[in-house]
Amino acid sequence: MTSTIKLTRSDRVFHIFIDAALALILALLIIPIWSTLTLSFQPNDFIGSALDGMILPPWKWSTAAYKALLGHRSFLSAAGNSFRIFFEGVITALFFTVPLAYALSIKTLPGRKLLYGIVLVPYLFNPGLVPNYLLVTKLSLTNTLAAVFLPGAVSVYNTLIMKSFFEELPEELKESARIDGASELTVLLKIILPLSKPILLTIGLYYGVHFWNDFFNAMLYINDAKLQPLPILLRNILLSSGMNEYVEANAFGEAPIYAIKAASVFLAAIPMLVAYPFIQRYFVKGTMLGSIKG
Amino acid sequence: MEGQSILLKNPVSHTLWRRIVRHKSIYLVASFSFIYFIIFKYVPIWNAQIAFRDFQALEGVTGSPWIGFKNFSDFVNSYYFWELIRNTVFYSLGKMLFSVPAAVFLAVALYECRVFWLRKTVQTMAYLPHFLSWVIMYAILLAILSPSNGILNDFIKVFGGEPISFMTDTKAFPWIVILSDTWKETGWSAIIFLAALMGIDPCLFEAAAVEGASAWQRVRYITLPAIKPVIVVVVLLKLGTVLDAGFNQIFMLYSLPVYSVADIIDTWIYRQGILEFRFGLATAVGLFKGVFGLLLLVGSNKLIKRYTGNGLY
Repeated sequence: MTSTIKLTRSDRVFHIFIDAALALILALLIIPIWSTLTLSFQPNDFIGSALDGMILPPWKWSTAAYKALLGHRSFLSAAGNSFRIFFEGVITALFFTVPLAYALSIKTLPGRKLLYGIVLVPYLFNPGLVPNYLLVTKLSLTNTLAAVFLPGAVSVYNTLIMKSFFEELPEELKESARIDGASELTVLLKIILPLSKPILLTIGLYYGVHFWNDFFNAMLYINDAKLQPLPILLRNILLSSGMNEYVEANAFGEAPIYAIKAASVFLAAIPMLVAYPFIQRYFVKGTMLGSIKG
Repeated sequence: MEGQSILLKNPVSHTLWRRIVRHKSIYLVASFSFIYFIIFKYVPIWNAQIAFRDFQALEGVTGSPWIGFKNFSDFVNSYYFWELIRNTVFYSLGKMLFSVPAAVFLAVALYECRVFWLRKTVQTMAYLPHFLSWVIMYAILLAILSPSNGILNDFIKVFGGEPISFMTDTKAFPWIVILSDTWKETGWSAIIFLAALMGIDPCLFEAAAVEGASAWQRVRYITLPAIKPVIVVVVLLKLGTVLDAGFNQIFMLYSLPVYSVADIIDTWIYRQGILEFRFGLATAVGLFKGVFGLLLLVGSNKLIKRYTGNGLY
């Protein structure tokens, strides 16, 4: 439609400005990722700067860094731990979040206000690191994978987003099921949840990304090398210089250490990058809903 | 039985009781979450009392002797108190100053862009970094800033300069923190502004076109005023969490040479509490932050409520 309206000169300048700005933003977003990616493919005998590496043709790339990582026991075990944390964490988080959000969304539920207050207080007041640390150590969760996801298994923010989604669902659906004699739990399981795929995926993804990326809880509570998740291994690799234990043990000897560093982050990001395009449409929808409802 | 007959006589509690019974399965499934909250959210609040005690690991939370406000006065009177407050507020406000205008600009540009593929590509690429952890961000920053392999230092070398170790430079470090946060979060923050833009009544643009308004005027007089309330809310929200300056980021990026400009309340609590075992002191500082955080959050929510008629909670 717009093409039929003749654009004025100032409007054309406007659109050139907008498109140029977006192209610049795109370049700023891509260059850092591209430079890390090409660094991860740099061959051991590569001479030249990282800038030269950025324009190295793909057929000269070396996959030695990836092979070294994927063939290494500690990397595979860390990846396994991370996947376990991801799946166990998401399931646990949704198990606690969904009923809570649903209960809060029922306007006629006796005690709803009280429950809301109980949920809100920890959201507004965070007692800080040490009191949480004392709790987790007291529960003997140290050196378990649950220590990574249990302390953050319910996010009040995510619960409130989910609650507002449930509130938006048409009341008639629930009413008709109730008239047919369905219990409240049946309404939740048979009517609400099938309609809530976008919000379950969105919130599940939020939790999942959070658990997958977490290095702090793992650092606090996991000392056993066998239980280390990926972010801890990555951090150890990244913070090590050329003299580190990994190189000393010749664990990743085939590739330059900077290529190993760059490759390790891409391997760690792959599950996110693969899942991302599929879930993108859901999270935009879910987030917008959350942001409009507040 | 007696209780039931009372309930039957009183119509109000009668319907209340029936409502409770009807929702019994909901209470059952929600009770797990309730127990979770008591253990994982309320026990830590109870534990926070060690801020007022001389905590001894063997004596436990309730067994350690009371010492009143000593931990608090130790913190407030120490030389690092103002440094921590200053750094924390500096990073929060600095990030806000960069990320809010950047997100507004990105949202408006995406909204106005007519080139479909460009819009979609920028959108996808801009949301993506939000999902990367700060461990990964650190590796990306190394690829740019490292003195030996960083592309920025390669540029400096091309122009005959000496490579700079940006990550350990006290002048460069604050910029790295603020700009890397802007790079990572701008796209994500833009979503909320885009949502507001989608809500603008198209009639306004038609009317503007009829009146002969240019595209610049359209942005100036329709688009920006339409998202002004959202900008105000976002700024107020960020002011409400001004004491959270981004622990994961600073913790991943900082190192001993830049502690003086990098250390924020949370990183300090970690070092004192977990590394130095000064549990009481670290808890006191955490409590100090928690109380002020509560006041700021409640205050900003009050302002948001007054401004938009809707609060967060």
